[in-house]
Amino acid sequence: MNVQLLVFAVLAVTSVATALAMIFARNAVHGVLFMVGNFAAVALLYVLLGSPFLAAVQILVYAGAIMVLFLFVVMLMGPEPAPLWEHIPGQRPFALLFGLLLAAGLIVAVNVEKLTGVPGMMTQEVLERLGQPTALAQTLFERYVLPFEVTSLLLLIGMIGAVVLAKREKHELPAEQASREGGTE
Amino acid sequence: MNMSTADVVEIVVKSLVIILALLTGFAYMTWFERRVIARLQSRVGPNRVGPSGLLQPLADGVKLMFKEDIVPAEADKVLYLLAPLVTVVSAIMAFAIVPVGPSVTLFGRTVALHLADMNIALLYFLGLGSLGVYGVVLAGWASNNKYALLGGLRASAQMISYELAMGLAVLSVVMLAGSLSLVDIVNAQAGGRWFILLQPVAFLIFLVTMIAETKRAPFDLPEAEQELVAGFHTEYSGMKFALFFMGEYIAMIAISGVAVSLFLGGWRGPFAEQVPILGVLYFFVKLVAFLFFFVWLRATLPRLRYDRLMHLGWKVLLPLSLANVVVTAIAVVARDTGFFGLG
Repeated sequence: MNVQLLVFAVLAVTSVATALAMIFARNAVHGVLFMVGNFAAVALLYVLLGSPFLAAVQILVYAGAIMVLFLFVVMLMGPEPAPLWEHIPGQRPFALLFGLLLAAGLIVAVNVEKLTGVPGMMTQEVLERLGQPTALAQTLFERYVLPFEVTSLLLLIGMIGAVVLAKREKHELPAEQASREGGTE
Repeated sequence: MNMSTADVVEIVVKSLVIILALLTGFAYMTWFERRVIARLQSRVGPNRVGPSGLLQPLADGVKLMFKEDIVPAEADKVLYLLAPLVTVVSAIMAFAIVPVGPSVTLFGRTVALHLADMNIALLYFLGLGSLGVYGVVLAGWASNNKYALLGGLRASAQMISYELAMGLAVLSVVMLAGSLSLVDIVNAQAGGRWFILLQPVAFLIFLVTMIAETKRAPFDLPEAEQELVAGFHTEYSGMKFALFFMGEYIAMIAISGVAVSLFLGGWRGPFAEQVPILGVLYFFVKLVAFLFFFVWLRATLPRLRYDRLMHLGWKVLLPLSLANVVVTAIAVVARDTGFFGLG
């Protein structure tokens, strides 16, 4: 029995189980936590694939930063469970269609060697070299430096937009109205 | 992954040693803190149980074990139990990357005195720090108590705010050493070229943020007793309460270990390479110096107001650390290209 296969089996079951649990959790806080568990399992899968940097970033950015902010919002929403009806009508057929498309794409991608007879370029050695932080940094900052900078600019614009939106709300309320609204609580 | 049985045994033994050392360190850290604070405040401190009160942690442990275990009726039982465990486990795991000494030869095997030498060690450390936030937030939420919830929210806001500046301070050191591995960073400081000399600003930022990350005075806002009773652990009692303290103290030890490795040359010192035991001793002395600093601060400084805390984190430390990263980047490029006659 291969140790790597065993670890993969455990992680695969965990990631699918936590993903399902996240969808079916009635309590939003539990849902967020299952999602964190899912991110952790996927991060460990990255380690198994020889990409420790991606794993660390997955934990640091998704599980550590973004999900904590999610948790903040969800915690303040209160204990009532989420409603079961759909907010956007008619999304089920689309969900099914896109799910099937994704599955088909993945099946083709995984079996590309069997289908075309040409081995894929991501061999174990290539992966282990590319997964290292230095290799990743070289790719990002030499080959893809323009897209990288454009992405950071986009994020900056988003951030400034959020600040502007948060600021304007305060200005729109005249002082006396704001104090009256505060007083009725 | 080709591991022989001996490798597996080595990893298991090292993990057990680290866990035992951290748990003992936690127990004696409580004793150390109470004795040192007492001395700083002209008191005696615990001195009755055993010589100089050295058995006090044992007595405390037994007392906490036999306390009634209370779970609030409306609490989320599973998360209420999970929260202290998350705190402790994330703190213990963080120590895995800290090298406590050079390689030694034991039973005919060369054993490196660290559990894991990864090329992403510092990211792993920062990631565990951000996972530790969950312990605090969940404790506050699962207790179903408004003071606990407010304490939990405060704690997470504080830890997220200071994580950024801490990451940037670490980044300055990473740029100098050219590696994210703590073992490489310690090796880059061979010959007394400690990074505290090259990166004094990053060191000061790291020092402030490490206190905020471990929620210690003067940044112990999450448990400000005048406003929030005991903050996120208001509802906890007995061993679960002790687990939060265990998490806090072990996090202090782990983060001090990282700080020693980043800025004070880790285990390095005179003759440490020839006599490995000296290296472990140097590491321990530097670690205790940091821990003493934690205690000293708690006895000296009053708590910050919450808005001042946020102001310091976002408007002082973050711009300062960003500026430091920029200056370091220019200096590193100048060193590598021979510009300005440096290098």
